[in-house]
Amino acid sequence: MGKIASSSDKSANGFMGWLNARLPVTQFYKDHLSEYYAPKNFNFWYFFGSLALLVLVNQLLTGIWLTMHYKPDAAQAFGMVEYIMRDVPWGWLIRYLHTTGASAFFVVIYFHMFRGLLYGSYKKPRELVWVIGMVIYLALMAEAFMGYVLPWGNMSYWGAKVITQLFGAVPFFGDSLVEWVRGDYLISDATLNRFFALHVVALPLVIVALVVIHIAALHTVGSNNPEGIDIKKHKDEDGKPLDGIPFHPYYTVKDIFGVGVFLLIFLFIVFVKPDMGGLFLEHDNYVPANPAVTPEHIKPVWYFTPFYAMLRAVPDMQMGALIMLLAIVVLFFLPWLDRSPVKSIRYRRWPYKLMLGLFAVAFVILGWLGMQGATELYKLMAQVLTAFYFFYFIWLFIYSRNEKYHEVPERIEDH
Amino acid sequence: MTDNVNKSRRTLLLSTGAVGVVGAGFAAVPFLKSWLPSERAKAAGGPVKVDVSKVEPGQMLNVLWRGQPVFLVNRTDQQTAVLESLNDKLKDPNSESSVQPEYIDDIYRSRKQNFLVVVGICTHLGCSPKYYPDLVPQQFDSEWKGGFFCPCHSSRFDISGRVFAGSPASRNLDIPPYMYLDDNTIEIGNDGEQA
Repeated sequence: MGKIASSSDKSANGFMGWLNARLPVTQFYKDHLSEYYAPKNFNFWYFFGSLALLVLVNQLLTGIWLTMHYKPDAAQAFGMVEYIMRDVPWGWLIRYLHTTGASAFFVVIYFHMFRGLLYGSYKKPRELVWVIGMVIYLALMAEAFMGYVLPWGNMSYWGAKVITQLFGAVPFFGDSLVEWVRGDYLISDATLNRFFALHVVALPLVIVALVVIHIAALHTVGSNNPEGIDIKKHKDEDGKPLDGIPFHPYYTVKDIFGVGVFLLIFLFIVFVKPDMGGLFLEHDNYVPANPAVTPEHIKPVWYFTPFYAMLRAVPDMQMGALIMLLAIVVLFFLPWLDRSPVKSIRYRRWPYKLMLGLFAVAFVILGWLGMQGATELYKLMAQVLTAFYFFYFIWLFIYSRNEKYHEVPERIEDH
Repeated sequence: MTDNVNKSRRTLLLSTGAVGVVGAGFAAVPFLKSWLPSERAKAAGGPVKVDVSKVEPGQMLNVLWRGQPVFLVNRTDQQTAVLESLNDKLKDPNSESSVQPEYIDDIYRSRKQNFLVVVGICTHLGCSPKYYPDLVPQQFDSEWKGGFFCPCHSSRFDISGRVFAGSPASRNLDIPPYMYLDDNTIEIGNDGEQA
């Protein structure tokens, strides 16, 4: 650390000195990289934050390039995507990077969120980090949904119809709300145009701003770790946490390794299996939008299917929409539902480990059910699992109040 | 914040702030209202005239009104005869919470008993149900008495568009406003009562 400190001292008169007197570049670099102390025991699960950032950059970059060749016009949109795929130099690659990036974003975010569940990263003092993260997740869902409508395939059209119809579940003025969202009595050119504006300008601005706030809040309270031990309790005489290491170079190097592995898998999918057998790009979307023909089997892309399964499990549209909404809202309150003082799963006992495991399995199975046709058996399974999803949070609220746990050490042990 | 607060300045500040908030509210109106259907979209949503003289008993005609499929079904006596007997199996047999004009009766749900005009959009999530006219057992219902079945989430409707209990849809199919211009011509979207 001495090196960086002295070099910035020396530059007090040089170019950096001139710059720093006007814009605190060196201070910013220190606060967030070279002197941001992160716990020394980050593991595999801690790759996903930086990977989410990488995917965001990929989406922004490829997205900007796609808008250069696309027209948000109901008569032309489907053809423009074909044009990008066939005629635009390297258009196929840019589009596949964007479509695969959308799915990769959710893969990374789901891992990132599950990391939070494993190690109690949502707990005091990181409640806001979690809540802001949840808002990003919501914004990301809106962004992904609207992006999915833009190719104007038949699944785009009917997916847009089904999702905007959900606003009809609002009591009293639901129907006018649906009209307001669509800008017409049906999904039309007006809908496509506003979705394009929101997908390309409004929501990316919101998401980037939220990510900045997310990281600002994180760097105020400091990162959690797999042990869930507060590293700020034990500092050396300079005020540096004894169990912390500077983010740069230690974690930048670690994250670059993570980026390498991620890109290997990501690019393999982009080049070899960009539609992932209908999972990332659905077959019905290779047919142009047709208001008169409903696809045999309407389903959203995989990352929405757990919630879609919940929607279908309830035999009443308004209740179904409410249940789906609640399933997301309840996650916002997780920091206050889990009342145990222990953060990491490593120091919690078997009932919590078992229940969290079952919760994760239930979520994955719900995701699978959301992709299947609606048979009686699948519906029943979805109902049971939806009930369990909510039961988990009630159980957690009661159980965590007087939870028995293993004693948490003061310091992070070397392994 | 206690003693040395100038009260009249504080009042001025608060009232200025309140006026600003009201102003922001007004300023938001054009932005919110610009999302409503445009005049062009409203014009395109005008009424549609249909000649139904060629629709044979048991047949269905599918026309688009405001981009939505509207089903026009010339129902057979056999199809309408079972309607009363289905009441116990329905969520809302008397169409109490349905979206339909006032002149539509509860069970036949039409202006002329045998001729049904109904919006072909499932009230669950907006898919278009399929017409299964025959009174024969179906894969999705062994006691099928003719009607509509939605392939998306298995909502079932009888030949009056009334939803069966156990379907995800909670409301009967909507009936659009319509009127007979003469015996064989129906105008959808206009019932003479409202423009």
